[in-house]
Amino acid sequence: MSELTREQVRHVAKLARLDLSDDELDRFTGQLAGILDHAARVSALDTDGVPPTAHPFPMVNVLRPDVVKPSLDRDEVLACAPDARDGRFRVPRILEDEA
Amino acid sequence: MTPPEPSTPSTPSAPTTPSETDAPDTIEVGLDGHADGWELVVGLEVHVELATATKLFCGCANEFGQEPNTNVCPVCLGLPGALPVLNELVVEYALRVGEAFHFDVPAQSVFARKNYFYPDMPKNFQTSQYDEPICLGGHLDVDGVRITITRAHMEEDTGKTTHVGGGGRIHDADFSLVDYNRAGVPLLEIVSEPDIRSSEQAKAYASELRATLEAIGVSDVKMEEGSMRVDANVSVRRRGSDGFGTRTETKNVNSIRSLGRAIEYERARQIEVLEAGGRVVQETRHWNENDGQTHSMRSKEEAYDYRYFPEPDLVPVAPTPEMRAAVRAAMPELPAARRDRLVAAWAITERDAAALLGTPGLADYAEAAVSALEALEALEALAVDGARGGSPRDIVNWVNGEIAGHLNETGSSPAALSLAPAALAELVGLVAAGTISRNQAKDVLGEALADGRRPARIVTDRGLAQVSDESSLGSVIDGILAANADAVAEYRAGDDKARKKKRGFFMGEAMKALAGQGNPQVLNRLLDEKLEGNG
Amino acid sequence: MSSSDSDHDRDHDRDRDLTSRSAAGLAAAVRSGEVSAREVVDAHLARIEALDGSVHAFLHVTADGARARADALDAQRRSDGPESLPPLAGVPVAVKDVLCTRGVPTTCGSRILEGWLPPYDATVVARLEASGAIAVGKANMDEFAMGSSTENSAFGPTHNPWDLGRVPGGSSGGSAAAVAAGFAPLALGTDTGGSIRQPAALCGVVGVKPTYGRVSRYGVVAFASSLDQVGPFARTVEDAALLLEAVWGHDPADSTSIPTPCEPILPGLERGVAGLRVGVVRELTEVDGIQPEVSAALEQAVKLLEQAGATLDSVSVPSAIYGLPAYYLIAPAEASSNLARFDGIRYGLRVVPGEPGSANAAAMNGATRHAGFGAEVKRRIMLGTYALSAGYYDAYYGQAQRVRTLIIRDFDRAYEHFDVLLSPTTPTTAFPLGDKVDDPLAMYLSDVCTIPTNLAGAAAMSIPAGLDGSGLPIGVQVLAPGLGEAVMFRVARALELGFGFAARARPGGPA
Repeated sequence: MSELTREQVRHVAKLARLDLSDDELDRFTGQLAGILDHAARVSALDTDGVPPTAHPFPMVNVLRPDVVKPSLDRDEVLACAPDARDGRFRVPRILEDEA
Repeated sequence: MTPPEPSTPSTPSAPTTPSETDAPDTIEVGLDGHADGWELVVGLEVHVELATATKLFCGCANEFGQEPNTNVCPVCLGLPGALPVLNELVVEYALRVGEAFHFDVPAQSVFARKNYFYPDMPKNFQTSQYDEPICLGGHLDVDGVRITITRAHMEEDTGKTTHVGGGGRIHDADFSLVDYNRAGVPLLEIVSEPDIRSSEQAKAYASELRATLEAIGVSDVKMEEGSMRVDANVSVRRRGSDGFGTRTETKNVNSIRSLGRAIEYERARQIEVLEAGGRVVQETRHWNENDGQTHSMRSKEEAYDYRYFPEPDLVPVAPTPEMRAAVRAAMPELPAARRDRLVAAWAITERDAAALLGTPGLADYAEAAVSALEALEALEALAVDGARGGSPRDIVNWVNGEIAGHLNETGSSPAALSLAPAALAELVGLVAAGTISRNQAKDVLGEALADGRRPARIVTDRGLAQVSDESSLGSVIDGILAANADAVAEYRAGDDKARKKKRGFFMGEAMKALAGQGNPQVLNRLLDEKLEGNG
Repeated sequence: MSSSDSDHDRDHDRDRDLTSRSAAGLAAAVRSGEVSAREVVDAHLARIEALDGSVHAFLHVTADGARARADALDAQRRSDGPESLPPLAGVPVAVKDVLCTRGVPTTCGSRILEGWLPPYDATVVARLEASGAIAVGKANMDEFAMGSSTENSAFGPTHNPWDLGRVPGGSSGGSAAAVAAGFAPLALGTDTGGSIRQPAALCGVVGVKPTYGRVSRYGVVAFASSLDQVGPFARTVEDAALLLEAVWGHDPADSTSIPTPCEPILPGLERGVAGLRVGVVRELTEVDGIQPEVSAALEQAVKLLEQAGATLDSVSVPSAIYGLPAYYLIAPAEASSNLARFDGIRYGLRVVPGEPGSANAAAMNGATRHAGFGAEVKRRIMLGTYALSAGYYDAYYGQAQRVRTLIIRDFDRAYEHFDVLLSPTTPTTAFPLGDKVDDPLAMYLSDVCTIPTNLAGAAAMSIPAGLDGSGLPIGVQVLAPGLGEAVMFRVARALELGFGFAARARPGGPA
């Protein structure tokens, strides 16, 4: 489970949209392998037929009425943005296959 | 599952030119799915924007066409710390869809995060449903064929990006601008099985789906505004084969007609590739309305890894028997039942009824006009001068004819027409009563659609009213017959052919004398009487 | 200046007095008119000014806002009378920088959020304001609450007031240190795997992780959504209850907020523990590398509770030892998704790589996240992304969530026989700064006793239990079933009386 390669780490970094330096790649490959080794202990437990817990306190149907509430002020919203133009957030060009 | 949906490109599809509209839907490969030894296999993924007042997880208004970034809040902007709370009306709408398409509604459904990066998605994950959707295993019968609908699930829409520079094309743009007004708008994704075998069937399925969604009031289903988006998964296989070919997914189809064209294009393209010994690449393709082709957007060869996991900020939805019973009790008439009812009640053809239900709002418009017509007849004494009579069929003929044509040309919707349904009833009444002819009525309709005046008013303004008064028409005929005694004699002596010719001459003279405004039915009858009877 | 030395000394003594009082005491003094809210706030701000240079508990001190708020409360008392004052009127509080504060910088200890001014308040911040408490600043923390020492703050570590060469614990190290150093009698923190209890133990203060869903998470920048919970720090058990009661309760803006009413804590606080059954969790007591003085303190806690009339026994929660590995799959997985939104588009840092105009959005995202996140955050994003990725989900995230179910079941079984459980809060007292920064796994192990409670969604709190041979505070942990805060606080109060810590011990360090 813990045979983590540098290439796998590079792939995961791409999924996470996170640039890593060569140095970071080396360091993380070792560290992640160690942590995963420890984390893999969970597989020692027999969990056949055990349902996963996503919420510690099971609740259902938490709903709100379909009633309009005030939105934020646009100037305040765009003031937070690194770059804005014409009432919109400005980003460098988007490549089609970015997703 | 759906791949990430990149933003709609900023350049709206150019309006279709007349020549394209007239072009046949099909390319030479053939109309049905079985030509040339190839079989077409299609599944449709339909995204429907739900017509709620607010977004899926926050109280921001769900409105189309607002100033950019004005309908946004911490939740739909994905600000750090903000949390979603599910809109109860979205659940109700999903349950309506569950009823309408005979879905199973599992005891519990769960939201999941679909993780991928795209600038139009504020959290860089889409809150959607994955392995536990709200609706499973439904169907829709289309022209006697049952299409299985795999699932329907709730999810949030993305924002909109505009690409600036480079001619608006995404790749060459200098930069892009993002508006998050649409981010978080509630969507229902309805995914069919690959049960569809022809482009006609795909169109019929999409059309029936749209009519049903409209009938149950969950969406305004405007394909041109993007409130209903149809993506087509298309593949071909050798006839008789059980397996499936590699499929492509075609996006950006903005009308039912384009859906048919895009599927036909894809089919021909794939067959060509395969027959040349090539291989179809699994990918997303973009339909271009202008060149009538699909274009590769991105390859799916490197599979996406969306890292779905249950959304920890939301709790499961568990529709109660009470919730489901309330939805069932409030279900309106569905299109199939409505078609049957209209065919029976109005004595119209199946085809007419289907046409009415094929355009959002058109059947409602026709029904309102028929009601108005019935009211006119009931109140004959009070009715607009000379407007009485007429049948639902007359209404339907106008609606499916001139009015549908007008909507096509202008891209307008029935609800937005300046001609109110009652005004159409008035027009039908004017024709039925003989006040104007059908040809005159076409002109009147044109003017009414253009400026919103009532038909009766247009008739008055233009002095169009036909002369139907028997004594004045009678004296005109008397004058003509007297002035043409020779012709009358020839008529009476002639064979059928000669009589017909003379009769046409007398009618022409009468109409000339009446400046075209004589009532042709009355004139015909009087002419017959005077030539045959006591004349 | 004209004031004489003796005036100055008197002011200084008065400030020392005010900054060592409890929140309950300060609220009473403000209500009675003995002191004004402004005097209370000024005294604490003066102490922050004098000493926070060496402690670094705060990332941002809101001195002007705090003084204005104090003046408004004093004016309210004059015009509408003392009864009009809300319960915590005039009491200074430190707010962990993970809580959104409208118009006040909120960084989560990260470069990626530097300069961000949230356009909204977290629900707990709004409730704090309504309670009359006065926020004096945003407390330092491990970046995005990931860490156990506050050394992962992008803006420099916080120092333990008991020994400035040691860590205060984390991730809410700034909050714990602020309370220990007398910068505020109260603080809010968040606890995802022990981030309130562990620094409370290391700083010698009370720290409470309430039941998951008891305190709203709306406006709390998420680390691991299914584990995060806001809770109080204080120097006394009563103060911790006061602050918790001020901020807890149902919030319709948080779908995971529990709608059932909260059983009040304060009315039963002094009822004692006679007849209560207390179980000592074997698996959390016999952890590797536990400091003998920590074990001794736990034994003393057992004796104190027995003397107070409780029944003590040992109990096994077998799956608890799997808490740490399960946590290090679940928390990073959720974090990897929660932190995806920091992409340089809508707020915070943006780094555009390469030649001007040459970059695309994806390259900008990657460069921004590279520059904006620290090493631990990157590590956990990587870990979580991996644990969720195709082919690994079932073995890692899925299995961890099933282990979570087993831990819940084991605790349920234990609570069939016991009202509360007991364990050390941390295996050791505060460790030196820099000791574990290069060994993530060793750092993670300092949360081994606190993590199981987060996985179970239950309540737990840490109580000071004396000092070790180096004069560093030791904590013991009281665990309770979900919604069991009232009984948990009764036991904590009994331990507080028994240890007599709050009354006697103050950090010697900077003061």
